[in-house]
Amino acid sequence: MDFTSLSFTDVTRNFGRRRALNRVSFRCDAGEIVALLGPNGAGKSTLLSIAATLLEPSSGSVRYGEQPRAAWLRGRIGLLAHDLYIYPELTAAENLTFFARLHGLDDADRRVSSALARAKLVDRRDDQVLGFSRGMRQRLALERALLHEPRLVLLDEPFTGLDDASTSLLVERLQDLRSKQCLVLVATHDLEVIEPIITRALLLREGKLVQIPAGAGSLRERYRRTSA
Amino acid sequence: MSFLGSVWLVVRKDLVVEFRNREIAYTTLFFAVSTLLVFSFGFVHEGRAVEDAAAGILWVAIAFSGTLALGRAFERERQNETLRGLLMAPVARTALYLGKLAGILLLLLAVEAVIVPMVGLMFQAPLFRYPVMLIALLVTGTVGFVAVGTLFAAMLVRTRSRDVLLPVLLYPITVPVIIAGVRGTAALFQVDADLPMARAWLSMLVFFDVVFVTLALWTFEAVMTE
Repeated sequence: MDFTSLSFTDVTRNFGRRRALNRVSFRCDAGEIVALLGPNGAGKSTLLSIAATLLEPSSGSVRYGEQPRAAWLRGRIGLLAHDLYIYPELTAAENLTFFARLHGLDDADRRVSSALARAKLVDRRDDQVLGFSRGMRQRLALERALLHEPRLVLLDEPFTGLDDASTSLLVERLQDLRSKQCLVLVATHDLEVIEPIITRALLLREGKLVQIPAGAGSLRERYRRTSA
Repeated sequence: MSFLGSVWLVVRKDLVVEFRNREIAYTTLFFAVSTLLVFSFGFVHEGRAVEDAAAGILWVAIAFSGTLALGRAFERERQNETLRGLLMAPVARTALYLGKLAGILLLLLAVEAVIVPMVGLMFQAPLFRYPVMLIALLVTGTVGFVAVGTLFAAMLVRTRSRDVLLPVLLYPITVPVIIAGVRGTAALFQVDADLPMARAWLSMLVFFDVVFVTLALWTFEAVMTE
Protein backbone atom coordinates (compact mmCIF):
# COMPACT_ATOMS: atom_id res chain seq x y z
CA MET A 1 0.00 0.00 0.00
CA ASP A 2 1.36 3.43 -0.89
CA PHE A 3 0.42 6.99 -0.10
CA THR A 4 -0.01 10.00 -2.34
CA SER A 5 -0.17 12.87 0.10
CA LEU A 6 1.12 14.10 3.43
CA SER A 7 -1.11 16.16 5.64
CA PHE A 8 -0.46 17.82 8.97
CA THR A 9 -3.52 18.93 10.95
CA ASP A 10 -3.03 21.24 13.92
CA VAL A 11 0.28 19.60 14.79
CA THR A 12 1.89 20.96 17.93
CA ARG A 13 5.14 19.73 19.43
CA ASN A 14 6.49 20.85 22.77
CA PHE A 15 9.93 20.19 24.22
CA GLY A 16 9.38 20.83 27.89
CA ARG A 17 8.06 24.37 28.10
CA ARG A 18 9.35 25.30 24.65
CA ARG A 19 6.84 25.04 21.80
CA ALA A 20 8.72 24.01 18.65
CA LEU A 21 5.63 23.69 16.44
CA ASN A 22 2.39 25.50 17.04
CA ARG A 23 -0.80 24.17 15.38
CA VAL A 24 0.85 23.54 12.03
CA SER A 25 -1.49 22.47 9.24
CA PHE A 26 -0.67 21.85 5.59
CA ARG A 27 -1.07 19.26 2.89
CA CYS A 28 1.19 18.34 0.02
CA ASP A 29 0.67 15.81 -2.73
CA ALA A 30 2.73 13.37 -4.75
CA GLY A 31 4.72 15.08 -7.50
CA GLU A 32 5.29 18.18 -5.41
CA ILE A 33 8.58 19.60 -4.18
CA VAL A 34 7.79 21.80 -1.21
CA ALA A 35 10.42 24.08 0.29
CA LEU A 36 10.34 24.54 4.03
CA LEU A 37 11.89 27.88 4.89
CA GLY A 38 12.55 29.75 8.07
CA PRO A 39 15.30 31.01 10.34
CA ASN A 40 17.36 28.67 12.52
CA GLY A 41 15.28 27.24 15.35
CA ALA A 42 11.98 27.90 13.58
CA GLY A 43 10.95 24.23 13.82
CA LYS A 44 11.89 22.92 10.36
CA SER A 45 13.86 19.92 11.61
CA THR A 46 11.18 19.13 14.18
CA LEU A 47 8.55 19.13 11.44
CA LEU A 48 10.68 16.81 9.28
CA SER A 49 11.30 14.47 12.24
CA ILE A 50 7.56 14.25 12.86
CA ALA A 51 6.93 13.57 9.15
CA ALA A 52 9.62 10.87 9.33
CA THR A 53 7.76 9.22 12.28
CA LEU A 54 10.80 9.73 14.51
CA LEU A 55 8.99 12.23 16.72
CA GLU A 56 5.46 12.05 18.09
CA PRO A 57 3.44 15.27 17.90
CA SER A 58 2.27 16.56 21.28
CA SER A 59 -1.13 17.11 19.67
CA GLY A 60 -2.67 17.12 16.21
CA SER A 61 -2.49 14.45 13.54
CA VAL A 62 -0.33 13.48 10.60
CA ARG A 63 -1.68 11.38 7.75
CA TYR A 64 0.07 9.74 4.83
CA GLY A 65 -2.63 9.58 2.20
CA GLU A 66 -5.43 7.89 4.10
CA GLN A 67 -3.01 6.21 6.51
CA PRO A 68 -2.27 7.39 10.04
CA ARG A 69 1.28 7.15 11.34
CA ALA A 70 2.43 3.54 11.40
CA ALA A 71 5.70 1.63 11.64
CA TRP A 72 5.45 0.18 8.10
CA LEU A 73 5.57 3.70 6.64
CA ARG A 74 9.24 4.03 7.59
CA GLY A 75 10.15 1.80 4.68
CA ARG A 76 8.55 4.29 2.27
CA ILE A 77 10.20 7.40 3.73
CA GLY A 78 13.69 8.65 2.89
CA LEU A 79 15.26 11.08 5.35
CA LEU A 80 18.42 13.11 4.94
CA ALA A 81 18.97 15.09 8.12
CA HIS A 82 21.63 17.50 9.40
CA ASP A 83 23.52 14.54 10.81
CA LEU A 84 24.11 12.20 7.95
CA TYR A 85 23.33 8.80 9.53
CA ILE A 86 26.45 7.19 8.09
CA TYR A 87 29.17 5.30 9.93
CA PRO A 88 32.60 6.94 9.49
CA GLU A 89 34.42 3.67 10.24
CA LEU A 90 32.63 1.81 7.42
CA THR A 91 33.46 2.24 3.76
CA ALA A 92 31.08 3.98 1.37
CA ALA A 93 29.97 0.62 -0.06
CA GLU A 94 29.59 -0.97 3.39
CA ASN A 95 27.42 1.92 4.58
CA LEU A 96 25.08 1.64 1.62
CA THR A 97 25.02 -2.17 1.73
CA PHE A 98 24.19 -2.12 5.44
CA PHE A 99 21.22 0.20 4.97
CA ALA A 100 20.10 -1.61 1.79
CA ARG A 101 20.00 -4.93 3.67
CA LEU A 102 18.30 -3.29 6.65
CA HIS A 103 15.60 -2.16 4.22
CA GLY A 104 15.35 -5.72 2.94
CA LEU A 105 16.27 -4.81 -0.64
CA ASP A 106 16.76 -7.97 -2.73
CA ASP A 107 19.11 -6.46 -5.29
CA ALA A 108 21.27 -4.66 -2.74
CA ASP A 109 24.54 -5.02 -4.67
CA ARG A 110 23.13 -3.55 -7.88
CA ARG A 111 21.48 -0.67 -6.02
CA VAL A 112 24.66 0.06 -4.10
CA SER A 113 26.70 0.17 -7.32
CA SER A 114 24.17 2.53 -8.95
CA ALA A 115 24.06 4.72 -5.86
CA LEU A 116 27.85 4.98 -5.72
CA ALA A 117 27.90 5.93 -9.40
CA ARG A 118 25.28 8.64 -8.82
CA ALA A 119 27.23 9.94 -5.83
CA LYS A 120 30.38 9.92 -7.98
CA LEU A 121 32.12 7.78 -5.38
CA VAL A 122 32.85 4.64 -7.43
CA ASP A 123 36.60 5.06 -7.07
CA ARG A 124 36.23 5.63 -3.30
CA ARG A 125 33.77 2.78 -2.68
CA ASP A 126 36.19 0.83 -0.46
CA ASP A 127 37.51 3.83 1.45
CA GLN A 128 36.33 4.54 4.97
CA VAL A 129 33.96 7.50 5.17
CA LEU A 130 36.26 8.89 7.88
CA GLY A 131 38.47 10.35 5.15
CA PHE A 132 35.68 11.89 3.06
CA SER A 133 35.05 15.61 2.73
CA ARG A 134 31.75 17.05 3.93
CA GLY A 135 30.48 17.22 0.34
CA MET A 136 31.35 13.56 -0.35
CA ARG A 137 29.63 12.52 2.87
CA GLN A 138 26.59 14.59 1.93
CA ARG A 139 26.37 12.90 -1.49
CA LEU A 140 26.73 9.48 0.08
CA ALA A 141 24.10 10.28 2.72
CA LEU A 142 21.68 11.44 0.04
CA GLU A 143 22.07 8.15 -1.81
CA ARG A 144 21.60 6.29 1.48
CA ALA A 145 18.34 8.14 2.01
CA LEU A 146 17.11 7.33 -1.53
CA LEU A 147 18.45 3.78 -1.79
CA HIS A 148 15.08 2.14 -1.15
CA GLU A 149 13.23 4.45 -3.60
CA PRO A 150 11.05 6.13 -0.99
CA ARG A 151 7.73 7.77 -1.86
CA LEU A 152 8.17 10.55 0.68
CA VAL A 153 11.58 12.25 0.64
CA LEU A 154 12.49 14.54 3.54
CA LEU A 155 15.66 16.58 3.10
CA ASP A 156 17.11 18.84 5.79
CA GLU A 157 19.67 21.27 4.34
CA PRO A 158 20.65 18.93 1.50
CA PHE A 159 22.90 21.50 -0.22
CA THR A 160 25.25 21.86 2.77
CA GLY A 161 28.86 21.35 1.74
CA LEU A 162 28.10 20.67 -1.92
CA ASP A 163 30.14 22.29 -4.67
CA ASP A 164 28.45 23.71 -7.79
CA ALA A 165 28.64 20.47 -9.76
CA SER A 166 27.19 18.42 -6.88
CA THR A 167 24.48 21.04 -6.32
CA SER A 168 23.46 20.76 -9.99
CA LEU A 169 23.38 16.97 -9.66
CA LEU A 170 21.17 17.21 -6.60
CA VAL A 171 18.81 19.59 -8.38
CA GLU A 172 18.55 17.09 -11.25
CA ARG A 173 17.93 14.32 -8.74
CA LEU A 174 15.10 16.29 -7.13
CA GLN A 175 13.52 16.91 -10.53
CA ASP A 176 13.80 13.21 -11.26
CA LEU A 177 12.04 12.40 -7.97
CA ARG A 178 9.30 14.83 -8.88
CA SER A 179 8.83 13.21 -12.30
CA LYS A 180 8.49 9.85 -10.49
CA GLN A 181 5.60 11.32 -8.49
CA CYS A 182 7.52 11.32 -5.20
CA LEU A 183 6.61 13.84 -2.57
CA VAL A 184 9.63 15.91 -1.56
CA LEU A 185 9.87 18.21 1.44
CA VAL A 186 13.10 20.26 1.56
CA ALA A 187 14.17 22.41 4.49
CA THR A 188 16.74 24.84 3.15
CA HIS A 189 18.27 28.30 3.24
CA ASP A 190 19.52 28.02 -0.37
CA LEU A 191 16.57 29.84 -1.87
CA GLU A 192 18.16 30.70 -5.21
CA VAL A 193 19.07 27.06 -5.84
CA ILE A 194 15.72 25.62 -4.84
CA GLU A 195 13.43 28.26 -6.39
CA PRO A 196 13.38 26.93 -9.98
CA ILE A 197 12.34 23.42 -8.98
CA ILE A 198 9.84 23.82 -6.15
CA THR A 199 6.10 23.84 -6.55
CA ARG A 200 5.63 26.04 -3.49
CA ALA A 201 7.25 27.22 -0.31
CA LEU A 202 6.14 27.21 3.31
CA LEU A 203 7.63 29.50 5.92
CA LEU A 204 7.97 28.47 9.53
CA ARG A 205 8.38 31.29 12.02
CA GLU A 206 8.60 30.56 15.75
CA GLY A 207 6.85 27.26 15.19
CA LYS A 208 3.97 28.71 13.21
CA LEU A 209 3.35 28.16 9.53
CA VAL A 210 3.07 31.22 7.31
CA GLN A 211 2.21 31.01 3.61
CA ILE A 212 4.63 32.75 1.27
CA PRO A 213 2.41 34.49 -1.26
CA ALA A 214 2.94 33.83 -4.95
CA GLY A 215 3.58 37.00 -6.88
CA ALA A 216 6.21 39.35 -8.12
CA GLY A 217 9.81 39.10 -7.03
CA SER A 218 12.19 36.28 -6.33
CA LEU A 219 11.58 33.69 -3.62
CA ARG A 220 14.16 35.46 -1.42
CA GLU A 221 12.42 38.80 -1.80
CA ARG A 222 9.03 37.28 -0.98
CA TYR A 223 10.61 35.37 1.93
CA ARG A 224 12.08 38.60 3.31
CA ARG A 225 8.78 40.43 2.93
CA THR A 226 6.84 37.65 4.65
CA SER A 227 9.30 37.13 7.47
CA ALA A 228 9.75 40.84 8.15
CA MET B 1 14.63 -9.11 6.00
CA SER B 2 13.92 -11.65 8.72
CA PHE B 3 14.00 -10.69 12.38
CA LEU B 4 17.17 -12.66 13.07
CA GLY B 5 18.70 -11.36 9.84
CA SER B 6 18.21 -7.79 11.08
CA VAL B 7 19.72 -8.68 14.46
CA TRP B 8 22.75 -10.20 12.75
CA LEU B 9 23.17 -7.16 10.47
CA VAL B 10 23.39 -4.84 13.48
CA VAL B 11 25.76 -7.17 15.34
CA ARG B 12 28.05 -7.55 12.32
CA LYS B 13 28.07 -3.81 11.69
CA ASP B 14 28.99 -3.12 15.35
CA LEU B 15 31.75 -5.71 15.27
CA VAL B 16 33.21 -4.35 11.99
CA VAL B 17 33.15 -0.79 13.39
CA GLU B 18 34.78 -1.98 16.61
CA PHE B 19 37.36 -4.05 14.75
CA ARG B 20 38.33 -0.95 12.75
CA ASN B 21 38.86 1.43 15.68
CA ARG B 22 39.07 -0.95 18.68
CA GLU B 23 38.01 1.97 20.87
CA ILE B 24 35.62 0.10 23.16
CA ALA B 25 37.70 -3.08 23.37
CA TYR B 26 40.88 -1.25 24.37
CA THR B 27 39.29 1.17 26.85
CA THR B 28 37.13 -1.51 28.45
CA LEU B 29 39.99 -3.97 28.71
CA PHE B 30 42.36 -1.33 30.07
CA PHE B 31 39.81 -0.30 32.69
CA ALA B 32 39.05 -3.89 33.72
CA VAL B 33 42.72 -4.81 34.01
CA SER B 34 43.46 -1.62 35.99
CA THR B 35 40.63 -2.49 38.39
CA LEU B 36 42.06 -5.97 38.95
CA LEU B 37 45.55 -4.57 39.54
CA VAL B 38 44.35 -2.01 42.08
CA PHE B 39 42.36 -4.65 43.97
CA SER B 40 45.27 -7.07 43.87
CA PHE B 41 47.35 -4.58 45.88
CA GLY B 42 44.62 -4.39 48.51
CA PHE B 43 43.50 -8.00 48.75
CA VAL B 44 46.67 -10.05 48.21
CA HIS B 45 49.03 -10.25 51.18
CA GLU B 46 52.28 -12.21 51.05
CA GLY B 47 51.14 -13.95 47.90
CA ARG B 48 47.81 -15.11 49.36
CA ALA B 49 44.48 -13.60 48.37
CA VAL B 50 41.80 -12.75 50.92
CA GLU B 51 39.20 -15.52 50.93
CA ASP B 52 36.14 -14.91 48.70
CA ALA B 53 37.63 -11.69 47.32
CA ALA B 54 38.20 -13.01 43.79
CA ALA B 55 34.53 -13.38 42.88
CA GLY B 56 33.61 -9.90 44.06
CA ILE B 57 36.57 -8.30 42.33
CA LEU B 58 35.82 -10.14 39.09
CA TRP B 59 32.22 -8.92 39.03
CA VAL B 60 33.16 -5.37 40.00
CA ALA B 61 35.57 -5.33 37.04
CA ILE B 62 32.84 -6.72 34.73
CA ALA B 63 30.22 -4.23 35.94
CA PHE B 64 32.48 -1.18 35.73
CA SER B 65 34.00 -2.02 32.37
CA GLY B 66 30.55 -3.04 31.08
CA THR B 67 29.18 0.37 32.00
CA LEU B 68 32.01 1.95 30.04
CA ALA B 69 31.31 -0.25 27.01
CA LEU B 70 27.57 0.49 27.12
CA GLY B 71 28.14 4.23 27.22
CA ARG B 72 30.63 4.21 24.35
CA ALA B 73 28.56 1.88 22.17
CA PHE B 74 25.66 4.32 22.16
CA GLU B 75 27.84 7.43 22.10
CA ARG B 76 29.09 6.14 18.74
CA GLU B 77 25.51 5.91 17.45
CA ARG B 78 24.79 9.40 18.78
CA GLN B 79 27.76 11.16 17.20
CA ASN B 80 26.44 10.85 13.67
CA GLU B 81 22.85 10.23 14.77
CA THR B 82 23.14 6.83 13.15
CA LEU B 83 20.70 5.53 15.75
CA ARG B 84 18.01 7.56 13.97
CA GLY B 85 19.15 6.02 10.69
CA LEU B 86 18.58 2.60 12.24
CA LEU B 87 15.21 3.66 13.61
CA MET B 88 14.11 4.79 10.12
CA ALA B 89 14.62 1.28 8.76
CA PRO B 90 11.52 -0.89 8.40
CA VAL B 91 12.72 -3.47 10.90
CA ALA B 92 11.36 -4.31 14.32
CA ARG B 93 12.93 -2.05 16.89
CA THR B 94 13.32 -5.07 19.13
CA ALA B 95 15.68 -6.47 16.47
CA LEU B 96 17.78 -3.31 16.80
CA TYR B 97 17.79 -3.74 20.58
CA LEU B 98 18.85 -7.37 20.36
CA GLY B 99 21.53 -6.49 17.80
CA LYS B 100 23.03 -3.82 20.04
CA LEU B 101 22.74 -6.14 23.05
CA ALA B 102 24.52 -8.98 21.25
CA GLY B 103 27.30 -6.69 19.99
CA ILE B 104 28.06 -5.34 23.49
CA LEU B 105 27.71 -8.83 24.97
CA LEU B 106 30.31 -10.25 22.59
CA LEU B 107 32.71 -7.44 23.40
CA LEU B 108 32.29 -7.93 27.14
CA LEU B 109 32.71 -11.69 26.84
CA ALA B 110 35.96 -11.05 24.96
CA VAL B 111 37.11 -8.79 27.80
CA GLU B 112 36.12 -11.49 30.32
CA ALA B 113 38.20 -14.01 28.36
CA VAL B 114 41.22 -11.88 29.33
CA ILE B 115 40.35 -10.83 32.87
CA VAL B 116 39.07 -14.17 34.18
CA PRO B 117 42.47 -15.89 33.73
CA MET B 118 44.06 -12.82 35.35
CA VAL B 119 41.77 -13.24 38.36
CA GLY B 120 42.84 -16.88 38.48
CA LEU B 121 46.48 -15.88 38.51
CA MET B 122 46.30 -12.89 40.85
CA PHE B 123 43.83 -14.28 43.41
CA GLN B 124 44.54 -18.02 43.09
CA ALA B 125 40.96 -18.66 41.97
CA PRO B 126 40.38 -22.28 40.89
CA LEU B 127 39.10 -21.58 37.38
CA PHE B 128 39.33 -25.11 36.05
CA ARG B 129 37.55 -26.97 38.83
CA TYR B 130 34.10 -26.42 37.31
CA PRO B 131 34.79 -24.53 34.08
CA VAL B 132 31.37 -25.10 32.48
CA MET B 133 29.55 -23.81 35.56
CA LEU B 134 31.89 -20.80 35.73
CA ILE B 135 31.28 -19.98 32.06
CA ALA B 136 27.52 -20.38 32.55
CA LEU B 137 27.58 -17.97 35.52
CA LEU B 138 29.65 -15.43 33.61
CA VAL B 139 27.52 -15.58 30.46
CA THR B 140 24.14 -15.41 32.23
CA GLY B 141 25.34 -12.65 34.55
CA THR B 142 26.71 -10.62 31.67
CA VAL B 143 23.51 -11.10 29.64
CA GLY B 144 21.41 -9.76 32.54
CA PHE B 145 23.69 -6.78 33.05
CA VAL B 146 23.89 -5.92 29.35
CA ALA B 147 20.14 -6.44 28.81
CA VAL B 148 19.30 -3.66 31.28
CA GLY B 149 22.31 -1.58 30.29
CA THR B 150 21.46 -1.59 26.59
CA LEU B 151 17.96 -0.37 27.31
CA PHE B 152 19.14 2.41 29.62
CA ALA B 153 22.01 3.45 27.35
CA ALA B 154 19.56 3.73 24.43
CA MET B 155 17.11 5.65 26.61
CA LEU B 156 19.80 8.12 27.73
CA VAL B 157 21.47 8.57 24.36
CA ARG B 158 20.03 12.07 23.88
CA THR B 159 20.41 13.10 27.50
CA ARG B 160 23.09 15.65 28.26
CA SER B 161 24.39 14.03 31.46
CA ARG B 162 24.10 10.45 30.16
CA ASP B 163 27.57 9.45 31.44
CA VAL B 164 26.52 10.23 35.00
CA LEU B 165 22.96 8.95 34.71
CA LEU B 166 23.78 5.56 33.19
CA PRO B 167 25.51 4.09 36.27
CA VAL B 168 23.04 5.85 38.59
CA LEU B 169 20.13 4.08 36.85
CA LEU B 170 21.90 0.87 35.95
CA TYR B 171 23.49 -0.27 39.20
CA PRO B 172 20.39 -0.25 41.44
CA ILE B 173 18.47 -2.32 38.88
CA THR B 174 21.31 -4.76 38.18
CA VAL B 175 22.31 -5.23 41.82
CA PRO B 176 20.43 -8.60 41.96
CA VAL B 177 22.36 -9.79 38.89
CA ILE B 178 25.70 -8.71 40.32
CA ILE B 179 24.92 -10.27 43.72
CA ALA B 180 23.84 -13.53 42.08
CA GLY B 181 26.98 -13.50 39.94
CA VAL B 182 29.24 -12.84 42.94
CA ARG B 183 27.62 -15.44 45.19
CA GLY B 184 27.51 -18.07 42.46
CA THR B 185 31.15 -17.50 41.50
CA ALA B 186 32.22 -17.38 45.17
CA ALA B 187 30.50 -20.74 45.72
CA LEU B 188 32.68 -22.18 42.95
CA PHE B 189 35.89 -20.49 44.08
CA GLN B 190 35.75 -21.48 47.78
CA VAL B 191 38.03 -24.25 49.03
CA ASP B 192 35.21 -26.82 49.08
CA ALA B 193 33.18 -25.75 46.09
CA ASP B 194 29.44 -25.58 46.82
CA LEU B 195 28.02 -26.77 43.52
CA PRO B 196 24.33 -26.85 44.59
CA MET B 197 24.65 -23.24 45.75
CA ALA B 198 26.30 -22.24 42.47
CA ARG B 199 23.45 -23.96 40.58
CA ALA B 200 20.88 -22.08 42.65
CA TRP B 201 22.51 -18.74 41.84
CA LEU B 202 22.77 -19.74 38.18
CA SER B 203 19.02 -20.46 38.13
CA MET B 204 18.48 -17.05 39.68
CA LEU B 205 20.59 -15.45 36.93
CA VAL B 206 18.62 -17.26 34.21
CA PHE B 207 15.43 -15.97 35.82
CA PHE B 208 16.77 -12.40 35.89
CA ASP B 209 17.86 -12.71 32.24
CA VAL B 210 14.39 -13.81 31.14
CA VAL B 211 12.71 -11.02 33.13
CA PHE B 212 15.12 -8.26 32.05
CA VAL B 213 15.25 -9.21 28.36
CA THR B 214 11.45 -9.54 28.23
CA LEU B 215 10.92 -6.17 29.93
CA ALA B 216 13.50 -4.51 27.68
CA LEU B 217 11.94 -5.94 24.51
CA TRP B 218 8.55 -4.80 25.71
CA THR B 219 9.63 -1.22 26.45
CA PHE B 220 12.27 -0.56 23.76
CA GLU B 221 9.82 0.61 21.07
CA ALA B 222 8.31 3.17 23.46
CA VAL B 223 11.73 4.24 24.74
CA MET B 224 12.96 4.89 21.20
CA THR B 225 9.97 7.01 20.22
CA GLU B 226 10.84 10.56 21.21
